[in-house]
Order: sequence, then C-alpha cells, then structure tokens
Amino acid sequence: MLRRLAQAVPTVLLIVVVNFFLLHLAPGDAAQVLAGEAGSATPEYMAALRAKFGLDQPLYVQLFDYIKTMLSLDLGMSFRQNEPVLTLILGRLGPTLLLMTTTLFLSLGGGVLLGILAASGLRTWRDNVISVLALVSYATPLFWLGLMLIILFSIDLGWLPTSGMETIGAFYQGWARVFDIARHLVLPALTLSLFYLAVYTRLMRAAMLEQAGMDYVTTARAKGLSERRITFVHVLRNAFLPVLTIAGIQVGGLIGGSVVVETIFDWPGLGLLAFESLFARDLNLLFGIFFLSACLVVLVNLAVDVLYTFLDPRIEV
Amino acid sequence: MSPPQAALKDLARRFARNRSALVGLAILAAVLLLAAAAPLLYPATPFALAGKPVSPPFGNFLLGTDMLGRDVAAGIAHGAKTSLLIGLVSTAVAVTFGTLAGGLAGYYGGRIDGLLMRITEIFQTIPSFIFAIVLVAVMSPSIASTVIAISVVSWPGVARLARGEFLSMRQREYVQSCISLGMGDARIMFAQILPNCLSPLVVTASLLVATAILIESGLAFLGLGDPNVMSWGFQVGAGRTVLRTAWWVCTFPGFAILLTVLAINLVGEGLNDALNPRLRNR
Repeated sequence: MLRRLAQAVPTVLLIVVVNFFLLHLAPGDAAQVLAGEAGSATPEYMAALRAKFGLDQPLYVQLFDYIKTMLSLDLGMSFRQNEPVLTLILGRLGPTLLLMTTTLFLSLGGGVLLGILAASGLRTWRDNVISVLALVSYATPLFWLGLMLIILFSIDLGWLPTSGMETIGAFYQGWARVFDIARHLVLPALTLSLFYLAVYTRLMRAAMLEQAGMDYVTTARAKGLSERRITFVHVLRNAFLPVLTIAGIQVGGLIGGSVVVETIFDWPGLGLLAFESLFARDLNLLFGIFFLSACLVVLVNLAVDVLYTFLDPRIEV
Repeated sequence: MSPPQAALKDLARRFARNRSALVGLAILAAVLLLAAAAPLLYPATPFALAGKPVSPPFGNFLLGTDMLGRDVAAGIAHGAKTSLLIGLVSTAVAVTFGTLAGGLAGYYGGRIDGLLMRITEIFQTIPSFIFAIVLVAVMSPSIASTVIAISVVSWPGVARLARGEFLSMRQREYVQSCISLGMGDARIMFAQILPNCLSPLVVTASLLVATAILIESGLAFLGLGDPNVMSWGFQVGAGRTVLRTAWWVCTFPGFAILLTVLAINLVGEGLNDALNPRLRNR
C-alpha cells in the first residue's frame, strides 16, 4: 500500500510539470496567460504577477517555485471571477461528484447485469440485441445523445427538466428538494452513463466467457453446483476484476465527459466551470480544474487497488 | 502468387465473411465518397447563406437549414472531409509516436523501458478529454492544434501495445540471429520486428480513428474547432440554441458522427477477427 502511495506522488509531481510546460507553451509569458487576454489586466497587476512567478528567474527556478505553490494547493486567483481558484473548484465539486457517482453506479451495475445476460445466453437473440445496442452506444457522441434525450423527454414528452440542478425559485426543502434534484439528475446521468454502460457490458461479457472456460468452473460443475450458483458466486467475482480495473481508468474519461454533459444540461459542476473558464479565456482556472481532476484520477486508482485486495485476496497492493 | 499477396487475399476472404464488417466498410465508403464529392455537390462554402433560416428538412433543402440559413446537408458533406482528415492524420501521428516510444522501450528494456513507460503511464493518468481541451485552448483552435491535442492523448495506448509486442519479439530466434549477423538496431526494429507486429497495430489504429473523430467532434461542439472549417461537432453545437424549434439542425450532423464512428468500429473489429482467426469463435 505504501509502495503504491509512493508511486502516486511522482505521478502528481509530473502532472504539475506537464502543467508548467503547457503554461509556457501558450503565446506570451505566464503572466499574460494568467491574466487572461491582453488588455484586460492593469500593468500593475501584470507586474505583480510577473514578480510572483519570478519570470525573471531561470526556467528551472520557475519550475521549482511552481511545483512548490501547486503542491501547497495554491492554485492562484481566477482573474475573471476574482476569487481563488481552489474556492471556485471546491464550490463546484459536489454536483460533479453526485453526477459521477450516479453515473458510475448506473453504468457499472447495468453493464455487469447486461454482460451476464449476454454471456449466459451466448448467440441467442438476447446476446445479439445486447451486443448491437452496446456497439451503437459505443459510437454515439455524448453531446448528441444529450440533445436527443432533451428533445424526446423534455420537449416532446415534457417529463423531465432540461437544465440546472434544482427548480429555480422553488426553494424546496427536505425530501421535496431531494426529489427535485433527482429529477434534474436523470437526463445528465443517463447521457454520461450510456457510453460506459456499453464499455462495461462488452468487457463483462468477454470476461464472463473467458472465466467460463476455467478449470475451477469445471470443478464446481463436477461438485454438482447449480449453474446459477456457479455464475453468480464463482464466475462473477473473477469476471468483475478486469471490469473494475477499467472502471478505475475510465474515471478520467468520466471527468472529460462531464464537461460536455454539464454544458448541455447546465449542471453546476466542475465540467460547466471548465466550459465557463474556457469561454472567458480564464486559463488559470482551467489549469486548476485540469490539475485537480488529474489528481482525482490518481486517488481513484489508488482506491481501486485497495478494492482489489478485498475482491481477490491473492493480490497484494 | 507471392506469399504476402496470398496472405492478403486470405485476409480479404476472412474479412468478407464477416457481415457486420462489410456493412461497416460500405458505410465508410459512402462517407468517403461524400467527403470527396462535397466540392462538386455543394461548390459554395458551407458557411454561406443558402436560403431562408430554419427551413425544415425534406423541402427546398434535403436536411433543412440552420438559424443562419446555412444548408445542413452541405455542412455535413464538407464536415465529412474534416472529420476523416483529422481522424486519419491524428491517428497516424499517434501511432508513429506510440510505436517509436513503445518499440524503443520494448527493444532496449532496462532503464530506457522504465523511463518511457513511466512517462506513458502519466499521460494515461491525465484525463484525456480535459487534456485535449487544455491543449487546444492554449494553442488556440485550429486544425493543427486539434490534431496535436488528439495525438497527444492517444499515443500512450499504442506505446504500451508496441512495447509488449517488441518485448516478446526481442527474444525470438529470428531477432537473435539478426543480432548475431551484426545487423544495426534500427534495421532490426523497423525492417524485422515491426512488420511482424503490424496486425495488432493496424487494429488499434483503426479503432483510434473512431475515437479521434469522437474527440474532434466533442472539441468542435464546445467551440474549440477551427473557426474556418465546417465540422459536424460545430454544426451540432451551433444548432443547440434552436433545439426547441429546429430539431434537424442538431440531429442530422450528430447522426453522421454516430454512423461514421460505428462503421469504423465495425471495420476495426472485422480486421481484428480476420487477423486473429483463432480468437474469432469466442
């Protein structure tokens, strides 16, 4: 465990280095980038920024200072919103985490279930229908799916709200509020889930088929266990491992997808913040979101490793 | 018939037996044709005012017009070229770079391997779509920056694959005999090993094209595409504002993305099955 943690630290460090070089890749010096487009900042502000970042120093000194400030989570100020980047990000973290966990449960649960259904009915209509649906979902652009769902469920049927996380001006309390948020959550979560649902379905199906040919399955069958018990107790556990690994890796993709989904549904999370910062050319804010989401992926991968040892005690972290 | 030709023919036969792969190939051919014929079918720039704004489809305009009177069908035809071009070029860059990095790591092993794989891992940790957004935002939107961004986020997968292949090939007898013949490292890597691990690379590359098109359309949707070039993602993004009144503006370009990506995935899987016939009956 400690070894894994020790590996995560240089990863975060190197992400900071990547961040640093990206900043230098931008036209103009870092102060200009951080201050937004030229002309919108006062000369004094620019001078202060230049001094703060030590732009008169050699590159390696700049890099070292940058790493120090980033690691102390001092992500600087958002020029447009006039607030510390970290405060802005933390304020938007909740809605994104809600969206992401809902999506994770929907896609993992659904994917595992559909994968089992497809694998246990190999080459029947059930398998074929699930496989074709997975193939199509796998090719559907997120943003288009979101818009189509809005047309169907919000505009035509009028069942679900199109944007936001709560009904504005309703001021619901208690369970009414939970219900209101849940109603707003349905479409964004569905949109973000579909692609991953397809990924996990295909993975689960392949993993189930692979495990079904193993010796321990033959043994279990010879012991006279029912097929149902073999599938759900023996095979499922082993087949779930590769799916879990990929799910850990996909968390990064989930964050990227949330930019698109939150933009479409006006979901007030990190993704929408990233889009707003993009639109306002508030690059420092964008960099902050980028850095923290990379850190989030590192954390989730650590968590997946720990989860692994519970599912398969043979694996040591 | 020479052996490579016979092998290719065998491959084509196996591919042709796969019905879904053929369907994919047909759709892909149609998209290619559309991209090639776009300047003939719609000679004017797709940004031009073609008729009354938000005309519904199947009237004067096959797929209607958007809120600025631009012909949606013309946009789709010209956008096909953009999507395919960006998909192919960025995949070529990613595969070249990934193969080089992975090949070096797998062939030399040791510290080079350790270093290169560490870098690869870090690039894989960074959330790819946000990374692409940041890259394009920093470089300012253009075809080139889109290609660079997609390549940067796509090469690590190729590198890992190439490393595995080169690592296992390194121990084969034919490579050992090349070494004892005194053949140079570069020649062994590119003339001997590379042709032998081409098939997994080809399959990965074909699937990468699909992913690249999805990323490109996502970027263009967010307004990070080249402002002077028509693309499907841009069309959907622009049509978003009139979603309530003019469903067709978003729907058709998005459907074009879906069809193209689906077709490429089908072809990629067909290639995979044809190149690895033993895995087929799983």
